[in-house]
Amino acid sequence: MSSNLKYRSATRSSFGKFDLLLIVAVTGLLAIGTLLVYAGTREWFRSAGLDPEYYLKRHIINILIGSLLAYGTTLIDYRLLRAYTPVIWGAAVIGLILVLIPGVGLEVNSAQAWIALPGGFQLQPAELAKIAIIIGIAMILADRDRADKDPTTSDVLMALALAAVPILLIVAQPDLGTVLIISAAVVAMIGASGAQARWVVGLLLLGAVGVVTAIQTGAVSEYQVARLESFVDPSADPQATGYQLRQSRITIGSGGLFGKGLFDGPQTNGRFVPEQQTDFIFTVAGEEIGFLGCSVILLLYLLIFIRAFSICRRSSDLFGRLVCIGVIAWFAFQTFENIGMTMGLMPMTGVPLPFLSYGGSSMFANLIGVGLLLNVHARSR
Amino acid sequence: MSLRARINLIVFQTLVFSLLLALFGRLFYLQVLESDKYQDAAISIQSRDVVTPAIRGAITDINGTPMVIDLPGLVVSIDRVVIDKQEDKGVTVLSRVANLFSLQYSDVYQRTRLCGELPKDNRAGCWNGTRYQPIPLVGGASQDTALEVMENSDFYPGVEVSSVPIRSYPSLVGENVAHVLGYVGQVTDEDLKNPEVNYYRNEVVGKSGLEIEYNQFLRGVPGVRTFLVNRKEVVTKEDKNIQAIAGNHLITNIDARLQSGVEKALEAAVKRARASGYRGDSGAAVVLEIKTGRVLAMASYPTYDPSIWQKGLTVKQAEDLFSESKGVPALSRPLQGLFAPASTFKSVSVVAAAAAGYPLNASYNCPATVEIGNRTFKNFDSIAAGRIPLDLGLAISCDSLWYQISYDEWVRDGGLKPKSTANDYFFNAAKSFGVGQLTGIDLPSELKGRLPNRQWKQNWYEQNKDFYCNYKQRAKKADLSVYLIEIARENCIDGNKVRAGDAVNFSIGQGDTLVTPLRLAQMYAAIANNGTYYKPQVARAIVDVDGKVIKEFKPEVADNIKIQQSTWDFLHKSLRMVVTRGTAAGVFSGFPVAVSGKTGTAQVFGKNPNGSAKDDTSWFASYGPTNDPQYAVVMMVSQGGFGASTSGLGVRDIYATLFGVNANKVDLEKAIFPTGVPSTIAKVDLKQVAKKVDFTGVKVGGMKLK
Repeated sequence: MSSNLKYRSATRSSFGKFDLLLIVAVTGLLAIGTLLVYAGTREWFRSAGLDPEYYLKRHIINILIGSLLAYGTTLIDYRLLRAYTPVIWGAAVIGLILVLIPGVGLEVNSAQAWIALPGGFQLQPAELAKIAIIIGIAMILADRDRADKDPTTSDVLMALALAAVPILLIVAQPDLGTVLIISAAVVAMIGASGAQARWVVGLLLLGAVGVVTAIQTGAVSEYQVARLESFVDPSADPQATGYQLRQSRITIGSGGLFGKGLFDGPQTNGRFVPEQQTDFIFTVAGEEIGFLGCSVILLLYLLIFIRAFSICRRSSDLFGRLVCIGVIAWFAFQTFENIGMTMGLMPMTGVPLPFLSYGGSSMFANLIGVGLLLNVHARSR
Repeated sequence: MSLRARINLIVFQTLVFSLLLALFGRLFYLQVLESDKYQDAAISIQSRDVVTPAIRGAITDINGTPMVIDLPGLVVSIDRVVIDKQEDKGVTVLSRVANLFSLQYSDVYQRTRLCGELPKDNRAGCWNGTRYQPIPLVGGASQDTALEVMENSDFYPGVEVSSVPIRSYPSLVGENVAHVLGYVGQVTDEDLKNPEVNYYRNEVVGKSGLEIEYNQFLRGVPGVRTFLVNRKEVVTKEDKNIQAIAGNHLITNIDARLQSGVEKALEAAVKRARASGYRGDSGAAVVLEIKTGRVLAMASYPTYDPSIWQKGLTVKQAEDLFSESKGVPALSRPLQGLFAPASTFKSVSVVAAAAAGYPLNASYNCPATVEIGNRTFKNFDSIAAGRIPLDLGLAISCDSLWYQISYDEWVRDGGLKPKSTANDYFFNAAKSFGVGQLTGIDLPSELKGRLPNRQWKQNWYEQNKDFYCNYKQRAKKADLSVYLIEIARENCIDGNKVRAGDAVNFSIGQGDTLVTPLRLAQMYAAIANNGTYYKPQVARAIVDVDGKVIKEFKPEVADNIKIQQSTWDFLHKSLRMVVTRGTAAGVFSGFPVAVSGKTGTAQVFGKNPNGSAKDDTSWFASYGPTNDPQYAVVMMVSQGGFGASTSGLGVRDIYATLFGVNANKVDLEKAIFPTGVPSTIAKVDLKQVAKKVDFTGVKVGGMKLK
């Protein structure tokens, strides 16, 4: 990329340090997401006699805060981030412990994942944990005497130990979806660090065995099992989880090629799909903007990943590359997990759709993730 | 970057893009390939239909006089949306309603639940529709109770009184016609599954009689208002509003005046039988037009009030309809009652004898008894009439002359070792008259009757062989008498054979032969019409609300019996003689119109529930006027005693109504069809009902009355 080379040594305030296509793609998704959040809540709030723009306003504020955080993330040289890693990791772990304390943590949908803040705001420490783990693992696996040497067993074990603490705390909530996403990122980073293949294979096997044992021994709550069962057999629990998944599929399918038109989806306006401004935002897209609109959304995600991989390859060091891989794995698995769930490809897990779903914590985390990518890009070769 | 790291990166990159590709593929599947399916599913989730039933067409008699018509009736219904919002979910209001209408609270509760709200094994009476439709609780409520609800709406929140079309039976000339008309009821799940008709949940459809036979014409098309609702079932907007289209009217061949007369004659005949000491449990009467097969009247006794179905059948009423002790009023005996035809069958035997070459104008011996094999067959009342002409033999209903003829023919056909070329004159004659087959009348659930020929015997044997060959183990203790054991032994050995006794019994219409009164009427119409007989037809035409004829039902020849004219002539002469000199001479004495007919008094084997032996079936099958036969009239009274005194008199009453006979004088003014059955299709005249019922300003069948 000649343009990148050209601006390689430019000043930090120059616009060229940003990957324009990445920004365009993310901005596109944020814009579409804003419309979808509005479309998914307008009629509902209006008919209840409430402010129809309530969610719209809050969503825009979340985007603005998130964008500032992203911009802030780009300002500090990512190589200096290593210094802050213990602080971020420690904050995330403390947050994750706090949510488990009754009275401090809020239980929503059977998962204790939120901390209530003054002013009606809520914080989800698991989102912060994603960033902490990605940076932490990148630091351990990249921080070696000789950068061209592959990580040793003790490096990998240290990385796993660092990830294990927050993961176990999230399992306790329980928020299986986030656990899977973080685990995917961890495995991807270990693999990309050049560690031996047996680590990747071993971790994947461990993950599979772990999920099965968790269900068998009852370590996973009945709520999680019900969600999984209704994925395998949607008629198993028609009124709750199965109902949601079926409604979700019908809503997307009924959109057809062109959709029912923005704000005109009867399924959306009738709120037949619960949580349609957060976890099920994709159903609003499916019904109202149809196959063509949804294809645009998928293409924008594709563009983000293409740019992110490009940044990854051009990263000047292993640390930057691992951060990119971590962020990509996080975004990719979360996107697949979420959209796959709405279309019946994946079991139901409560994870929001990056850049589209309403929700402060995840929006902030996603945009900080983008900030990390831009940061690596700005300092790439 | 090490090589391994590089490869890992490529693998990872491929994985990420595959995930996106999988999402894209699934999206394509849901939104492009399977979109139609999901669109349908979404519509059924979002929309709720509120169905307004169409006004069902009227069923009129041959003159256009309504026999059943949709009239506005007061219906008390419950609005679930309202009562569900009450603090106690409507318990208080529903118990008030139960009180007011003297209903059980548990019934009211059950009937106002959606079927889905109740456990699967306890859904009787549940509401098939949606929460948004008023749930009808009392049909045909009285003015007083309806006013009580309307004037105290604060006391009855969620209870509505509305005027809806209710199937009503004006009975303008006192006719009942319950069995012919049939009744309507709520659609069932099976109806809803019918791929040919798009029924709606709260519709009524025909369940029996003409109502089901011509349902497609009478039904009309219900109006549908479609509302969009949200997840909380709150209506968000009205999507469609399709107006109901009234059903067409059915004009029948029934003449209400004649029908009323036939019903009264039948009831009188049954009561006469009872007064003479017979059990007289039930009866049937049929009037057919000989030259067309039109059913002019058809009555079944006991009958019931057809409006009970609409008023909401109580458990007691439902039980009574099918109760043995009440005579099973639900049964339509003209086409569902199976009885041995007895001596009325001898007309068929005449045809058989003629075919076999017996001279009809000869004399035959009519002894008191005939010995066949080791059994003695007695003449009726064991009277010896000596050697008499065959026509007189028919007139006085001699049995013993038929024993001899049929036995001789049985022997000629090979007896217990039947020839493969057996003539079977008697079986074949019966078959040509349609015994054992459906008449094809345009009413549901007709029964076939039975022709006990060699094939039937064989089938019967194969089904019962096991029972008779192991009789001592299989039979009830009470049935282990020496006589019955002997019969069982015989049945086991050669139960598949037509035995001499079977042949002999067959010739006098006894034994295993069974016919419906309708079949017998058709047989006598065939005799009167020199062998041509028609499919019995109740429907005359379908007309729309503006009177336009949509469909006309023309007479259909069912069959043509081809025998010598001399045989018909002989039968006509003999059947007239029955009325002038024979068994029916007494009951028709002085009757001013010449009619012909045949009595029948059938022995019935078996016992009544109280253990008494069953009384004889009384038959009279006839046609008239003798010289130019127009009508075939048959009456049957089960356990009614003698053919002449019970049914013969009843048939005389029917002819009196038909021809306007009063005190043995014909009064053409009073005759039903003084100039024959009208050849033009009548106009439906709903205004006749208006004279009787006040429904000012109400539209009925698309016609505004008054």
